[in-house]
Amino acid sequence: MQASKKVGAVIVVGGGISGIQASLDLADSGFKVYLLEKSPSIGGVMAQLDKTFPTGDCSICILSPKLVDVGTHPNIELITNADLTEVSGNAGDFRVKILKKPRYVDEEKCTGCGDCVSACPYINLPDEFDMALRSRGNIFIPFLQAVPRVVMVDREHCVKCGNCQVICDAGAIDLYQKPEEIEIHVGAIIVACGFDSFDPSGIKEYGYGRYKNVITALEYERLVCASGPTGGHLDRPSDKKTPNSIAFIQCVGSRDVNHNPYCSSVCCTYAVKEAIMTKEHDPAIDVNIFYMDMRTHGKGFEEYYNRAKEEYGVRFTRCRPSSVEEIDSRKMLIKYENEDGKLMGDEFDLVVLSVGLKPPKEVKELSEKLGIDLNRYGFCSTSEYSPVETSKQGIYVCGAFASPKDIPESVAQASGAASKASSLLSSERGTLVVEKSYPPEKDVVGEDPRVGVFICNCGVNIGGVVDIPEVVEYAKSLLNVAYVEEDTYTCSRDAQDRIKGAIEEHDLNRVVVASCTPRTHEPLFRSTIREAGLNPYLFEMANIRDQCSWVHLHEKAEATEKTKDLIKMIVAKARLLEPLERIFVEVTHSGLVIGGGIAGMTVALELANQGYEVHLIEKEKELGGNLRRLYYSLSGVSPREHVNKLIDAVTKNSKIHVYTGTNIVDVGGYVGNFIVKIDQDGDEKDLASGVIVIATGGVEYKPEEYLYSEDDRVLTQLELEEKLANNELNAKTIVMIQCVGSRNEERPYCSRVCCYDAIKNALKIKEKSPDANVYVLYRDIRTPGFTEDYYRKARDEGILFLRYDEKEKPEVTLDDGILKVLVVDRTLGREFLIKPDLLVLSAAVLSHPGNKELSEMLKVPLREDGFFLEAHVKLRPIDFSNDGIFLCGLAHSPKSIDETLSQASAAASRAVKILSKDRVEAEGAVISVDEILCRGCGRCEEVCEYNALELKEIEPGRLVAQVKKVLCKGCGTCSVACPSGAITLKHFTDKQIIAMIDAMAGIF
Amino acid sequence: MDPKIVAFCCNWCSYAGADLAGVSRMQYPPNVRIIKVMCSGRVEPSFILRAFEVGIDGVLITGCHIGDCHYVSGNLRAEDRVKMAKELMKTLGLEEQRLRLEWISASEGEKFASVIKEFVEDLKSVGPNPLGKGEASCP
Repeated sequence: MQASKKVGAVIVVGGGISGIQASLDLADSGFKVYLLEKSPSIGGVMAQLDKTFPTGDCSICILSPKLVDVGTHPNIELITNADLTEVSGNAGDFRVKILKKPRYVDEEKCTGCGDCVSACPYINLPDEFDMALRSRGNIFIPFLQAVPRVVMVDREHCVKCGNCQVICDAGAIDLYQKPEEIEIHVGAIIVACGFDSFDPSGIKEYGYGRYKNVITALEYERLVCASGPTGGHLDRPSDKKTPNSIAFIQCVGSRDVNHNPYCSSVCCTYAVKEAIMTKEHDPAIDVNIFYMDMRTHGKGFEEYYNRAKEEYGVRFTRCRPSSVEEIDSRKMLIKYENEDGKLMGDEFDLVVLSVGLKPPKEVKELSEKLGIDLNRYGFCSTSEYSPVETSKQGIYVCGAFASPKDIPESVAQASGAASKASSLLSSERGTLVVEKSYPPEKDVVGEDPRVGVFICNCGVNIGGVVDIPEVVEYAKSLLNVAYVEEDTYTCSRDAQDRIKGAIEEHDLNRVVVASCTPRTHEPLFRSTIREAGLNPYLFEMANIRDQCSWVHLHEKAEATEKTKDLIKMIVAKARLLEPLERIFVEVTHSGLVIGGGIAGMTVALELANQGYEVHLIEKEKELGGNLRRLYYSLSGVSPREHVNKLIDAVTKNSKIHVYTGTNIVDVGGYVGNFIVKIDQDGDEKDLASGVIVIATGGVEYKPEEYLYSEDDRVLTQLELEEKLANNELNAKTIVMIQCVGSRNEERPYCSRVCCYDAIKNALKIKEKSPDANVYVLYRDIRTPGFTEDYYRKARDEGILFLRYDEKEKPEVTLDDGILKVLVVDRTLGREFLIKPDLLVLSAAVLSHPGNKELSEMLKVPLREDGFFLEAHVKLRPIDFSNDGIFLCGLAHSPKSIDETLSQASAAASRAVKILSKDRVEAEGAVISVDEILCRGCGRCEEVCEYNALELKEIEPGRLVAQVKKVLCKGCGTCSVACPSGAITLKHFTDKQIIAMIDAMAGIF
Repeated sequence: MDPKIVAFCCNWCSYAGADLAGVSRMQYPPNVRIIKVMCSGRVEPSFILRAFEVGIDGVLITGCHIGDCHYVSGNLRAEDRVKMAKELMKTLGLEEQRLRLEWISASEGEKFASVIKEFVEDLKSVGPNPLGKGEASCP
């Protein structure tokens, strides 16, 4: 065997959300990570967004905990304001040279206090973070939540007055700092360098740069952001007045052969989001989105689009406007041709250009240094079946640099890239990492409670509704409250330092944060107080945003009173909090994957490649899933062939145990130690695993419309593909109908793959019989990213696309044995009667019918449409709230092959984060039994579903309930059942809950 | 009369459902204060009675749908306890509409908002908690 020369470290190039996720995954599964970012702070474009679709989450609020995580991770070394200059070596063993540009500030010394920022007399440079909509000084912090929170000097404009040096107590400023060359040694490289926004000044007819009131969507994002240049007031640039009408123009720099022919994938949904945000600012503002096809194909996006139309009254106009002109009093005139072919001119106060995504300008040089290929548009070259692999071994890609994509897809792909790097370097796992060390815990038992309360404005998300200064004064008056602080964003990095400082300075022994929801932010704050020497259970959160300011937007006084109550109640509980012992459980180093399609097999192989045993469970008699029925793909490689290769690899892999024809009967245990009971042809068996991955796939809808199953000339796309592959196609005229069973009342979602499949099969028909007439009847063609090329190709090859309206569906009739399709084409405004030889229905993708039963066994949530509901749609697309269970592929939502593969790799990465550890922390808030009070009746043993309680004879004739803490899940049902009050559920004790009730009623 | 409501929400389904109502900006009346518990099965009848004793007008208990309980059967136990509490409420002369049990999943933000709206209306028609002596009215 060859001696290993691999290095257990990875460099991630690019510190946006993709790079951040890849870094965290790798650092949490035993690798040293260098995160290289060209700008002074990590965060990327996501940090600049106001809200995220489709949930309307505050973007920086959900990103900030990740920034803090990266900034404090013992195994991530952040190298900001630096460029990669040279790469040598090969997969497993690269040497990377980096040039760290001078910040003119010593990063070690700077505390980020910002005194120097206010001391700088020259504040006239465009603030890059705010899209130049406001000015910054020569010395600046990129944004409030920047990580690292270190100032930066813009030396180009600095006059060296020295004010900053005088005011800096830390002596951090060094105006003569030199560039520094760093060389690092890594085993793999992940390129996550993101994208640049398209610059619309080249499209002269839209007047960007010429007219003040024509702005880009990213500028608009800053304009409506609470921490943006206008403090969240929607002021148009020319006269600072609130516009009464706003137009969004789609596909600016996308789907345009003169600029970028590909689709930028995200602009439709971000425009819908910005339109909704506008309506939330002021419902009276008229918002009109000018678009060609509405491409809201992601999970939950179609419903979001429907809400924009129906609930918010956003208008949608289908066209590509020809020009934008400024007329009197700075009105903007948009000229376009409407659906009836009439030339129109509508006036608006503000025009927002939905600019597309293009590769970052530095990638050409970067790709040469890395030795990786770029595709025809300058994005990273990848293939449909290896979406995270570049042309060079050991170098992986993720995020928008691989192709334009949204945040959840980027996050999943980042985890996928991390998994590839982790597989390559699995022999070196753990060789270069250190454990995070914490100061010893302070003993607070017996001390009087001293509660610190940190109240967050969340920009204007809370502060815009609730009178925070009034709440602060109120909080100060509460019993045992020793310190109260108001923050703009309590989740920011500097706020963590302030919390730690306040714990020290005011000798706090309980901490309350009043902000958003503990479901997303409790881990961050628990970790912060632990760093300050407090037990993490001495923390509580008051949810004054999701459950107060956001749901009482128009009742400011009542929301303020409610906030006071919520804080009073949480303080009442906090006063009674006790430090809890944390429990660790051993991890079974094997995984269990449910579903043997392409997603499940990919997960299994990646886990096996990283050295873990895998149980792969498949319901059907054979592995392969839906892809066995797919013969073609647009990229040319047959999905069936790929699946056969996978089946071969899976069955030959000695670490993978395949169970076909097998059902799951029961699931027990918990993260690190699941026990799954399976039934294989009547044989029941228990399998132990540390993690579970759900990859159950989906099924094709069996249409009940358009004469399907009544006439054998009516097929689904899958059935057509089979015919094509068997050369059984004998038809001259073929009609395809899109959105059959999707985007309707029963199933509002878009099935995502049907446009792709229709174009793919239409092109295949044309290839086989060039004389065939193919008609595609569609509502919106959704070919995101580079698949747009094939849409164009299809049109070029004479495939006819006729657009029907949802309210005027095609009519299919049988007339004396002749199949007739009647459709009104909205583009031409005329009726077509087609007599096809074949009618092909692009049937919806349905969730797997077994999902319901599985979700009940695993205790994970399902959406109403039967797809699984992940922990967080934006930033945790692969995880569930329940630790140790993950999802990927069609179990998550309908998706393409490459996206399924990215997600499958991602699920492996998330799983390895657990499997690579010897033990994981289990919930500490479990029950305890007071042996003196316990009568040994056994009620608790009866109600406990987890066998965590057992009666034991502690002395002759005396039975007492004993707790197995590892098995206890902390539900507290037993404590209610106990007739003698002997059982206490820690962290949710009777006393604590009664104290909250009393506080609410005004009784102390 | 503006009723004051305490809602016990389970961590896994209904607390997340309440968050979703917020994320979706669904507006509902500001009469409710949420207390998070891990499971609806954690709610002691004594919590319910305490709430009425101190003058709170309505108690809402929300959990995962039957069959979906994160802890298998906690919501079934919650159902039993609510029945028991309603019996006790009768003896105290409290209207049974003051105690409400609802199953709200993590994806039902809309349901959370509509339950609150309905409950507030119901309580308005029932009137103030007779045990409250008026000291705990909502702002």
